[in-house]
Amino acid sequence: MNGMTIIVKTISSWVKVLIFLFGIYIVLFGHLTPGGGFAGGVILASSYVLLMLAFGRKFAEKNLSLGTASRFDCAGALLFMAVALFGLFYGAASFFYNYLQQEVEAGHETALRLASAGTIPLSNIAIGIKVGASLFLVILTLSMFRPESSAGEKE
Amino acid sequence: MPYALCFLLFVIGLYCAVVKKNMVKIVVGILVMEYAVNLFLIMLGYRSEGVAPIVDKSYLTEGGGIADAFLSHAVDPLPQALVLTAIVISLGSLALMISICIRTYEKYGTFDITEIRRLKG
Amino acid sequence: MALFYLMLLFILIAALIAVETKNLLNSVICIGAIGFGVSLMFLFLRAPDIAITQIVVEVLGLIILIRATIARDLTFITGDREFFGTVVSVVIVFVIFLAGIEVLKTLPEFGVAVFAETEGAASQTYLKEGLAKTGAANIVSSVILDFRAYDTLGEATVLFTSIIGATVILRKKARKKLEEADI
Repeated sequence: MNGMTIIVKTISSWVKVLIFLFGIYIVLFGHLTPGGGFAGGVILASSYVLLMLAFGRKFAEKNLSLGTASRFDCAGALLFMAVALFGLFYGAASFFYNYLQQEVEAGHETALRLASAGTIPLSNIAIGIKVGASLFLVILTLSMFRPESSAGEKE
Repeated sequence: MPYALCFLLFVIGLYCAVVKKNMVKIVVGILVMEYAVNLFLIMLGYRSEGVAPIVDKSYLTEGGGIADAFLSHAVDPLPQALVLTAIVISLGSLALMISICIRTYEKYGTFDITEIRRLKG
Repeated sequence: MALFYLMLLFILIAALIAVETKNLLNSVICIGAIGFGVSLMFLFLRAPDIAITQIVVEVLGLIILIRATIARDLTFITGDREFFGTVVSVVIVFVIFLAGIEVLKTLPEFGVAVFAETEGAASQTYLKEGLAKTGAANIVSSVILDFRAYDTLGEATVLFTSIIGATVILRKKARKKLEEADI
């Protein structure tokens, strides 16, 4: 897959950093404003898809190859399971127990801040990594597929 | 009445998935059905003069409670949680269906499902 | 309320075009229009979380769909459609539509949420004690990641499996290795 003209390449090399930053913001503030792990993960994947569409498939593959993306995917899933399993070893001994959340007495001193809500930001980060890496992996695989019989593809 | 229009969207998708012969058209029909189901679930939880289920500073009372204005006006959060995962799963299943279509096109040279039945064996 | 009807009319017209047109590229563009309309409906129905997720997922879905249709010859279907099969299918779909309308009449009317009528509904507990028990201001996040975290685990598994399935189907290297091993 070839890249596009030089205007598109210049603009997209500035814009993709902003999209990546926006994705991290949506993932990190998922417990205070709308968003969360899933939407933020898809935004992270789409910043890499912009890189692939503007610069060509080979350049994007050098940036984040197939093996690296699949390792990030597995790491995100394992991190989510680890956050859940640690709940087993604390106190009430149930899966997914929110062990980092202390019982709040006077409500609005610790609530509504970034570092609140226990294990929920950790789960959001794990899911964001996992969903972003999975979707970039599938779009890269779809564009790498070239039928052996046809003489070449347009895209 | 909005429920009936949403169900009409679902029936349009069902018609497309059952009657058409092109493989990509069948995938489009399944996609329309998924949009209709997600829309219907969110419509079930809507309240007139509703407020999004996000607690703001203005809804906290003294002593750590939640104001009654929020509790009597908030929209149902449970269907939203279910639809959130359903939307992301529909993307994964779309990728799987399109990869099957591409592989079938490479092997048989056409998207028509009646031709594929005839070329078997 | 008039806004809802307007958006639903736009979505229905786009769906009809997507189903009936003969050009595959037109269908894909109309799917984009449907997704955009549905995301706006989610905003009017006071669900901002879902609206964000729907619009970004629809953009990536469009990229995947176009990948399948552009690089191939758009062969138009030329065989004769079996008339009898089509008529029977349309009749059955119409009967399903009429039966569904009868069932939809038993729901409470639009704007009165079901959980406000029943007493011990789960959503009332989530709204009252969501902030105190989990500390998250976004009640939907606290539902998917604390009260109902098993559903999120199931969703992560399904996404993982479908992506692995798509990667395995589109693999080319293993076939060559199998052919060489047979010789």
